[in-house]
Amino acid sequence: MSQDIFVVIEHLRGQVADISYVMLAAARALAQGTGGKVVAILLGHNAQELAGNFSANRVLYADHPALAEFTSEAYQVTLASLIREQSPRAVLFGHTTIGADIAGGLSVKLSLPLVSSCRTLNSNGKFVCQICGGKIMAEGDLPSPTALVTMAPGGYKLEEGQSDQAPAIETTAIPSLDDLRVTLKHYIEPEAGDVDIAKEPLLISVGRGIQTKDNIEIARELATALGGQVSASRPIVDQGWLPASCLVGKSGKHVRPKVYLALGISGAPEHVEGMNESDTIIAINTDPNAPIFNVAKYGTTADIFDLVPALTEKVKQAAGVS
Amino acid sequence: MKIAVPIKFVPDLVEELTIDPNGTALDTSWLRLIINEFDDHAVEQAILLKERGGGEVTVVAAEAEGVDDFLYTAAAKGADHLIKLTGDFGSGMNSHAAARALADLLKDSKPDLILTGVQAHNDLDGAVGPLLAELLDMPYVGYVAGVSSTNDKAIARKEYPGGIIAEMEIKLPAVLGIQAAEQPPRYVAYNRIRQVMGTSKIEERTITALDLSGGVTASRMFQPESSQRATILEGSPEEVADQMVGILKELGML
Ligand SMILES: Cc1cc2nc3c(=O)[nH]c(=O)nc-3n(C[C@H](O)[C@H](O)[C@H](O)COP(=O)(O)OP(=O)(O)OC[C@H]3O[C@@H](n4cnc5c(N)ncnc54)[C@H](O)[C@@H]3O)c2cc1C
Ligand SMILES: Nc1ncnc2c1ncn2[C@@H]1O[C@H](COP(=O)(O)O)[C@@H](O)[C@H]1O
Repeated sequence: MSQDIFVVIEHLRGQVADISYVMLAAARALAQGTGGKVVAILLGHNAQELAGNFSANRVLYADHPALAEFTSEAYQVTLASLIREQSPRAVLFGHTTIGADIAGGLSVKLSLPLVSSCRTLNSNGKFVCQICGGKIMAEGDLPSPTALVTMAPGGYKLEEGQSDQAPAIETTAIPSLDDLRVTLKHYIEPEAGDVDIAKEPLLISVGRGIQTKDNIEIARELATALGGQVSASRPIVDQGWLPASCLVGKSGKHVRPKVYLALGISGAPEHVEGMNESDTIIAINTDPNAPIFNVAKYGTTADIFDLVPALTEKVKQAAGVS
Repeated sequence: MKIAVPIKFVPDLVEELTIDPNGTALDTSWLRLIINEFDDHAVEQAILLKERGGGEVTVVAAEAEGVDDFLYTAAAKGADHLIKLTGDFGSGMNSHAAARALADLLKDSKPDLILTGVQAHNDLDGAVGPLLAELLDMPYVGYVAGVSSTNDKAIARKEYPGGIIAEMEIKLPAVLGIQAAEQPPRYVAYNRIRQVMGTSKIEERTITALDLSGGVTASRMFQPESSQRATILEGSPEEVADQMVGILKELGML
């Protein structure tokens, strides 16, 4: 049993994922209360140098060819033996395509409780999670003695998890990684779109509130009048109404345009993660409780179909006059 | 190939959500439930796999308002077996308990592939998929958009941020957490569903005891504080449009 906080570092193809720094920052906050150390757990192959800027008291490094890139089973087997041996106070995973794949399995394998989708952890051992698409926060005490936690972004700045002093690295033993049932075949690059929405200064983004594929034309007309591009939330892309290159959010692009105009987007955390650094967010959403209004600078509860055509007309007029 | 798809009904987020008087849970009295959208994709993916490679699809749901309709719709799309779990799991349910109940149900029928939705928006203790996988000693891969399968393995397209896909090869039996099917969930006409209601049967299974261990409880639930809520533009659509033009001008976009 220790009071240390473990952080399972995420990296993809040689790049440390931002969530790793968010977790290191959260671990620091929690460790202040427990009196333990922040321990970064790095799994990889020839990957020590990734740890250079971690804000951690130490790094436990597991090196194995089967850990070169993430696969759920190899990670789980390796982490299970580490956690079992060291019984830290908490283990932080990303609430991501990496962390969420393994935290649950470890919860069952090690009979340890799991707290999911946390935004902040504080020094008196409280967690705050964001659920229901960002509409509800849940607070509670981290279960003892060892809690597994998946962390969503938004609660900490990346810099808080970074340091210019490289932490000490210890190599750790690795259990047998033979006979794995999950293997990575290869990566497939995203299809390039006609436009790179990450480079556009003005995005007119459509969500499920647009209702039909044909209605996207309303957004396109406004975009044309303003000289911007159309982007979208996930349901629009999953319906096949717009190509994946238009997707903003956790699984799509992270954008930071000068103006992000959201039409009928609720503001779920997975969407907000990809656009909350935009200079000015303007939201059009008929639900006054929509979480998008927590990140927008300006908002209106007017109906898209009443407002946007009128707005397009006025923009055209204004552009014509000036 | 035997495919099982456990599905979950979740609060419709378009409705107003309120906290119960204890302040520790959602008030469920007026809650409108809808299918977790990823489960719709999981059903679609299962049907696509069946159409390509043959097999049987079983859809499993915990009892809730609207579940029967969803199950019959799944049957109309091509699902072969419909199972409804009944029992007292209204508010006490958590993902760990759901996973144990499902593991118990599925351990005998031995599916080759279990497709869950990648996650639902209302759990505090993780998604059922990875828990279920470990309980059944199967591998798990989540965030999957697209699956192909041969006899003893599946190739899953796992999504990473920015549209990068990792093709993972997974030995069956396995659990996959579906983010999106290869094509949008298909539409079935109501008269087709009506027809199926006459011929398909929903099998009921009673869950007697729930084991909640491994889950967590909240001591407080609340709506996010609105420290930086948007300035709301008021007025008729025309007036709001005028204000927006003003803002866009100020921001140098016009
Ligand atoms: C692992 C994972 C990854 C994800 N990745 C992403 C991602 O990268 N990007 C992403 O966007 N989502 C992502 N999601 C999905 C995310 O959780 C939400 O489901 C999604 O963002 C919701 O999209 P939406 O806001 O368009 O739809 P909804 O949440 O359905 O919101 C529609 C909104 O439109 C409003 N509305 C309806 N009609 C009108 C009208 N006439 N006028 C004005 N407003 C109207 C409604 O009030 C509502 O708020 C991911 C989910 C998971 C689980
Ligand atoms: N009570 C349940 N009954 C059946 N399936 C469930 C249940 N809870 C969760 N699931 C499955 O697990 C997925 C993820 O939901 P969750 O575990 O709530 O994040 C859902 O999309 C379903 O496929």
